[in-house]
Amino acid sequence: MAEKEVLNEEEKEPQAKMIPVFIMGQKYEVPEGSTILNAIEYAGYQLKKGVGCREGFCGACATVYRLPGDYKLRGGLACQTVVQPGMYLTQIPFTPAQKAIYDIDEVKPDISTFQKFYPEVFRCLGCNACTKVCPQELKVMDYIQAIMRGDIELAADLSFDCIMCGLCTMRCPAEMAQYNIALLARRLYGKYMMPKPEFVYKRIEEIEQGKYEKEFEEIMSLSKEELEKRYTERDINFDIT
Amino acid sequence: MTIKIPYYPGCTLKTTAKNFEDTAKLVAGVFDYEFDELYRWNCCGAVYGLSEDNVMHKVAPVRNMLRVKEVGEKRMLVLCSMCFNTLKRANYYVRRNKDKLEVINAIMYLENTTYDGSVEVVHLLELLRDEIGFDRIKKAVKKPLRGITVAAYYGCLLLRPSEIAIDSVEQPTVMEDLVEALGGKVIDLNVKTECCGSYQTVKRKDIVADRTNFIIGEARKQGADMLITSCPLCHFNLDRRQKEAKKRHPDFKEMPILYFTQLMALAFGFEEDKLGFEPHYVDPRPLLKERGLL
Repeated sequence: MAEKEVLNEEEKEPQAKMIPVFIMGQKYEVPEGSTILNAIEYAGYQLKKGVGCREGFCGACATVYRLPGDYKLRGGLACQTVVQPGMYLTQIPFTPAQKAIYDIDEVKPDISTFQKFYPEVFRCLGCNACTKVCPQELKVMDYIQAIMRGDIELAADLSFDCIMCGLCTMRCPAEMAQYNIALLARRLYGKYMMPKPEFVYKRIEEIEQGKYEKEFEEIMSLSKEELEKRYTERDINFDIT
Repeated sequence: MTIKIPYYPGCTLKTTAKNFEDTAKLVAGVFDYEFDELYRWNCCGAVYGLSEDNVMHKVAPVRNMLRVKEVGEKRMLVLCSMCFNTLKRANYYVRRNKDKLEVINAIMYLENTTYDGSVEVVHLLELLRDEIGFDRIKKAVKKPLRGITVAAYYGCLLLRPSEIAIDSVEQPTVMEDLVEALGGKVIDLNVKTECCGSYQTVKRKDIVADRTNFIIGEARKQGADMLITSCPLCHFNLDRRQKEAKKRHPDFKEMPILYFTQLMALAFGFEEDKLGFEPHYVDPRPLLKERGLL
C-alpha cells in the first residue's frame, strides 16, 4: 500500500506556477511559460479562427497585447509569444484589407503599378507604427518607403519574411494594407526582375529535344520483375548535393 | 582628395527626375565631391505641414536627419527643392520647439539614437556657391555656353519662408551667377520667384497650363531661349504642361526647361548621352545643336 502511494507521487505531474493574464479583459490564471495560444485554450476558449500552424509560419494567430506599466502596444504571434504576468491581450484573427486584382502578365515592374493599384502607399507618414508592431521584426516602413521611390527589389527583399498576419495594416494611420502591397512587390520582382535560372531553361530544352527519351523508353519497356530488380539494386549512396 | 558628402535623394530623383540626380553626380565629381547616399532614408514628408501642433507630419523629415546623425555626420546634401524645403523647415521647427522634438523622439523609440537638431540641410546650389565657388566652376568650363540666353526660375521652395532661404527672398541671384560662370548669357527674369501652380497640376491642369504660359511667355519676352530650375515639380509643370498651354494659348511657343545641373554638365563637356535629355517633353537638343553646343 505504501509502495503504491510513492508511485502515485512520482506519477503526479509537477505543478506549473500559475500567473494572471487578462484575455479580452477577463482575468485568468494560466501556467507560466505557456504561449498565448496555449493560455487562451487553457482558459477554455476553443479557437476556430486565429489559430493555424502553431509553428510561427502561417500568420493566422496575430495578437496584440500590453504589459503592466508600459504604454506600448505590442504585436506578436499567439503561438510564438510566451505569456507574462499581468499581460492584457486579444487576438486579431482577421484584418479587413484592400487586395488589388491584377493580371501579373499585364502589369509593369515599376512605380506606376503601385500608383494604379495601391495609391494609398503614397500616404505614408513615416511614423513607423507598422515596424513597431511587426511580429517578424521586418522593417515594414522601410519597404513601403522603397516602393514609394520605385525600388521594387529592395521592397521584395525587406518584406521577404512577411507571413501576412495583418498587424501592420491595423496600426497604419495611412490606412494601407502593407502586406498585400509587399506581395505585389515580390510578385513583380519574381516575374520581371529576378535573374532568370538559366539551368532550368537549358534542361527544359534538353527534354524537349528528346535527350532523355531513350532512357524513358527503356524504363517503360521493362517488366515488373526487371523494374523491381533495378529498384532494389539501385545505387542509394549517390551524392545528392 | 575626394570629399564624401551625405546625400538625401528623395523619391523623385529616383524616378521621374533621375536625370537631375545623374547630372548632379557628374558635376559634383568634377570638383571631387562624391554623393554618399544615406544607407536608409524615407519620404521627406513631401509637403511641409503648416499646422504647428501636428507633429506626426514632421516625424518623416526628422527621421531622415536622425539618419545623418546616426552615421556621425553633420550635414545632408539635398537636390530636390521640395525635399529641401520640407527637411529644412522641419529642422528649423524642432530647433525652436524642443518640447515638440521630445515628442517626435518619443514616437521614434525604435531608433538607436535621438535627434537634437544638429544636422545642417544643404542645397546643392549652396554647396556650389559657398564651398566650391564660382571661380572653380569657371575654371572647369570646357564648352562655354555662348549663343544661348538662359532664364533662371526659382519658384517658391528654395526661398520661402525667409528662415530657410538659400538666397535673397525677392532678388535671388545664385543661379544667374552660376550661368554666368558657365559662360552663358542670363536674363533677370521678372517672374523668377512666382508660383508654377504646384500640385494643382494633378486636378487642375488648366491653372498650371496658364502659369506655364505666363512664366515662359515672360522669359521669352525678355529674350530667353531656355529656362533652368532646381525643382522637379516646377520642371514637370513648366515642361509637361506646355502641351496643355499650347492648346489653351494658340500663340504659345515651346521652350526647353533644364535642371541647372544639366546645363553645368553640358558646359563641363560631358557627352550628349550623359545629359539626360530623353525624358523631356520639350527636347532641348535641337536648340543646343542649332547654337553649336551639341
